[in-house]
Amino acid sequence: MAMAPPRKGENYELRQQLNSEYRDKRADAIKRVIANHTIGKDCSGLFPDVVKNMQTDDLEQKKLVYLYLMNYAKTQPELVILAVNTFVKDTADPNPLVRALAIRTMSVLRAEKILDYLASPLSRCLKDENPYVRKTAALCVAKVFDLKPELCVEYGFVETLRDLIGDGNPMVVANAVAALADIYEASQSLPATPPASPGRSSPPPSSRPSSDLFIIDGPTLTKLLVALNECSEWGRIAILNTLARYKAVDEKESEHICERVMPQFQHVNAAVVLGAVKVIMIHMRSVTREDLLKSLTRKMAPPLVTLISSPPEVQWVALRNINLLLQKRPDILANEMRVFFCKYNDPPYVKVEKLDIMVRLASEKNVDTLLGELKEYASEVDVDFVRKAVRAVGQVAIKIDEAAERCVGVLMELIETRVSYVVQEAVIVIKDIFRKYPHSYEGIIPTLCANLEELDEPEAKASLIWIIGEYAEKIENADELLGTFLETFKEESYPVQLQTLTAIVKLFLKKPDESQAIVQRVLQAATKDCDSADVRDRAYIYWRLLSSDPAAAKSVVLANRPPISLPQTTVAPAILEELITEVSSLASVYHKPAATFIGKGRLGAEDMQRRAMQPEEEMSREKALATVVAGQQAENLLDFDADDEVPSTSSSSQTLSMVGSGSNSGLTSKAISNVAKSSNPLDELMDLFSTAAMTTPTSQPIAPKSTVSGIQGLQDDHDDTFSGLSGLSSPPPQINGSTNSTQQQSQQQQQQQSSGGAQDDLLGLF
Amino acid sequence: MASLVAILDVKGKSLIQRSYRDDVSPSCIERFLPLVLDMEEDNVQVTPCFSDEGINYMHIRHNNLYFLALSKRNSNAAETIFFLHRLCGVLKEYFKELEEESIRDNFVIIYELLDEVMDFGFPQTTESKILQEYITQESHKLEVQARPPMAVTNAVSWRSEGIRYRKNEVFLDVVESVNLLVNASGNVVRSEILGAVKLKCYLSGMPELRLGLNDKVMFESTGRAARGKAVEMEDVKFHQCVRLSRFENDRTISFIPPDGEFELMSYRLSTSVKPLVFVEAKVESHRGSRVEYVVKVKGQFKRKSTANNVEIYVPVPDDADSPKFRASVGSVVYAPEKSAFVWKIKQLGGGRDYLMRAHFGLPSVRNEELDKRAPISVKFEIPYFTVSGIQVRYLKIVEKSGYQLPWCRYICQNGDDYVLRTISDANATGVIPL
Repeated sequence: MAMAPPRKGENYELRQQLNSEYRDKRADAIKRVIANHTIGKDCSGLFPDVVKNMQTDDLEQKKLVYLYLMNYAKTQPELVILAVNTFVKDTADPNPLVRALAIRTMSVLRAEKILDYLASPLSRCLKDENPYVRKTAALCVAKVFDLKPELCVEYGFVETLRDLIGDGNPMVVANAVAALADIYEASQSLPATPPASPGRSSPPPSSRPSSDLFIIDGPTLTKLLVALNECSEWGRIAILNTLARYKAVDEKESEHICERVMPQFQHVNAAVVLGAVKVIMIHMRSVTREDLLKSLTRKMAPPLVTLISSPPEVQWVALRNINLLLQKRPDILANEMRVFFCKYNDPPYVKVEKLDIMVRLASEKNVDTLLGELKEYASEVDVDFVRKAVRAVGQVAIKIDEAAERCVGVLMELIETRVSYVVQEAVIVIKDIFRKYPHSYEGIIPTLCANLEELDEPEAKASLIWIIGEYAEKIENADELLGTFLETFKEESYPVQLQTLTAIVKLFLKKPDESQAIVQRVLQAATKDCDSADVRDRAYIYWRLLSSDPAAAKSVVLANRPPISLPQTTVAPAILEELITEVSSLASVYHKPAATFIGKGRLGAEDMQRRAMQPEEEMSREKALATVVAGQQAENLLDFDADDEVPSTSSSSQTLSMVGSGSNSGLTSKAISNVAKSSNPLDELMDLFSTAAMTTPTSQPIAPKSTVSGIQGLQDDHDDTFSGLSGLSSPPPQINGSTNSTQQQSQQQQQQQSSGGAQDDLLGLF
Repeated sequence: MASLVAILDVKGKSLIQRSYRDDVSPSCIERFLPLVLDMEEDNVQVTPCFSDEGINYMHIRHNNLYFLALSKRNSNAAETIFFLHRLCGVLKEYFKELEEESIRDNFVIIYELLDEVMDFGFPQTTESKILQEYITQESHKLEVQARPPMAVTNAVSWRSEGIRYRKNEVFLDVVESVNLLVNASGNVVRSEILGAVKLKCYLSGMPELRLGLNDKVMFESTGRAARGKAVEMEDVKFHQCVRLSRFENDRTISFIPPDGEFELMSYRLSTSVKPLVFVEAKVESHRGSRVEYVVKVKGQFKRKSTANNVEIYVPVPDDADSPKFRASVGSVVYAPEKSAFVWKIKQLGGGRDYLMRAHFGLPSVRNEELDKRAPISVKFEIPYFTVSGIQVRYLKIVEKSGYQLPWCRYICQNGDDYVLRTISDANATGVIPL
């Protein structure tokens, strides 16, 4: 040793013992080393002394030394060579446990030197007579591929692995399949094949195994289906994953797979059940036989329901997946709503998911039971859960027309409890009900107004103000009520300011005689004393509209708003399809495509390449990604990727943001960019609106890059508008209303105009 | 798939960890608890899986321990979470009590287990009976080196060969747990029966067993008329020893059992059940001084049956004090740690009902917080009885004869969610006369 180690301290003592002549002492010392390692002490200094103890008949000691090696090989790469001899010897030990242990450990040591010695023991172990060794060796191939892909290709390990699929032992088959899938995934992120990057020289072919190796053919399929019934629960999961990737040649094969996989629904392991669900959801697509489809959906329900009796964490994973499955096939659990009733002791994360699923399953038949249950939840102590329960009542009202009245009844009962957060949430929800069923429940407005004093949250306040403005002509003291908000205008938050402004303008348009003064005051306040550009700009628009053309103002401000409805899916249809193929994975649990939370992988790599080519797009792309991550309308990303024409003009859309709302500015720039193509850009605008207003957008417009930010904003607004139940929902309806009518109004003028003047006209309006 | 598995104490410190893939740095473990706390602070729901900076954290809780798995890929979340539960189960089998102390004391064996249950992130063997055959605390004392039992890789991965008993016996328990929810007006809102068939096998060799139940679907498919009642099980889950494809084909439950005790199958029925033990409570609350309860219990099952060890948990305000009880049967104790009092009745006959009264003092200072409205929960056991009417028709040991119906017990008990929301305000309605 180059440097003399200190002659005292624990490490010195341990070193003495490791080199002791007595076996017991040495064994004891190794345990102490591992104990020190466990509590986080660095034991790398003892490397040579520990390695000396590798050769032993005591299996436990051997395991501990191996464990030590695994942890410290990286820190002492030049000393690892000391261990090679014993390793190679152990891989030929008569005891299969030792052989497996040796090959397993050897293949994870991150040292070049070891790898060179690994090849021949590994090929030996892959053909070992003992299945335990073979199954261990199968996974070693994946480990080696992770460290040094060339080695695997050079020695044909991947081919051997493929042969192992035909092994007689189901566990070996399962591990071979798992290893192949792992290698496949890893090889995807290796340098791409020539067509993707024509400019560069193709990567050395040796680092990437031929893709034929991962193709599953008919005979392999048969082998997998046989092994599926015989192997351990974990092996089944691996096989099911592979079956999910398999592309059936015809319908008959799909049917066959479904029939063979179906028995797995009875397995006790939740992951096996979900794996089977995944395979069936995928292969169901090509099944057309009615009776089989019916029997598949019928048989899928009971196992899904049983998952709800698992431990809470498993339950949660199952619930997230069920939520997704219901978006695709709402019928599978139609009669099972009761099982999703929350238990008093469920953890909050389970309760919230259950609530969401209950609303999905709500129907005319079960709505009474559901409302009774939701009312019960609203009296619990967890504030967050109570709010969500109240919100759910509103969602049910919007979903089921026939039940709306009963829901309003429940909400009124809740308001009577006078519990502050319940009342506030109820007010927010009632605003949405008014949006869906205008002029239906005006009778409850006095009760709402009576609770004016209790509201202290911006969203609740804004909602109530919106209601007052909307029904100003029916509320006698509307000016008085709005006046109270005007008093504190400066202190209020922006959403409340915006709503106050709009509500008072509505009031003025409905009762011009008595509210002249108040409208003056609010316009003054909003333009002079307010530091939000949005509020100021909106006030200016109103002011000019009111002073130049009151009729136009009326059609803008009092326009009919598009009705809201509950979206059937929370993710875009394309993403939903993708997520369904990922059932039981993290992506399906997060409800996000894998590329959004994983930096690596195929999508990520492509992304990186494109980013390198177009650095100026990086910002907007990141923004788009962030939006997706935020759990919003994720198809923006797809649309975004789909076309590559117009260069980014985010600056232009910023300069145009006079209106103070992202959606309008985006639209304007869209109008400009399309001016040349279309004779009447406003038709386009209308199209955009109508498409976005559809609840289940089957065909999303492909947006040119320049409008991405705008359209995103627009869709966000719309999102709020129809779900109406989340986020700051009040301002958007106003914006939509106004833009819609702006279009209608200016359309006639537009038609005479030359297309070039379109934009001027839009701006001229303001 | 998991890159790293760790067991953390309640402060988020790693007690033991094992890295299976090198793509996730062990330092991420330290970030787990701070992330959870941050989320709690920001009022974000802490879920069993979450992702941060490209690392996916998947965890479960057991007592005061976190079982954490980290991954960088789009892993199979169901598999990982279920694996953590299994790991937890294996450690419990090994050490009985699973807590910080037992983990620190047994680090050597836990390392060995971690090495065996997972390889390169793929779960391998989690059958604790088999693991115990070749990973034991005394391994180094054995003269012969341990070898991997055939069972690890066999098609029959749950039973070793060469088991011998002088007396071959099988014991069979059918346990049904009833979960139900009764709303304030006394109606059943939700009910389900979770049944389990548990076996204790002391059989030699590799016995092939077949279990016959009065399964309606099987009777229908074979066209046989059922004698007596047949049961329609909605969802059946089997221990991995049962041949699933065989069950799918002709509803035969055939299997080679593991040795000793195990749960052969579980089933679920969501037929509506009336509450077997029905409880209602009237509360007369005088804020700031006292609160009084009148509780009525009724056994709503056959007269010849008896419910044993009935325990009724009635919730009371957190700040209630000086309890006074009067019960016509059984005993009552106050359980302040649960904010409830417990009425224990050793034996409750079918069709009988009893009353009890409770009186608590309340502090004169008003509690600003809302009263938690927890429901009443009940525990009980009714032997020789199943709600569903399930019956074991036979348990055949193929090849050998002479084992007709083995020892078979039936029991019906409460599930972990047998609750009644039947606490009503006595001020509104009249008090039941005692």
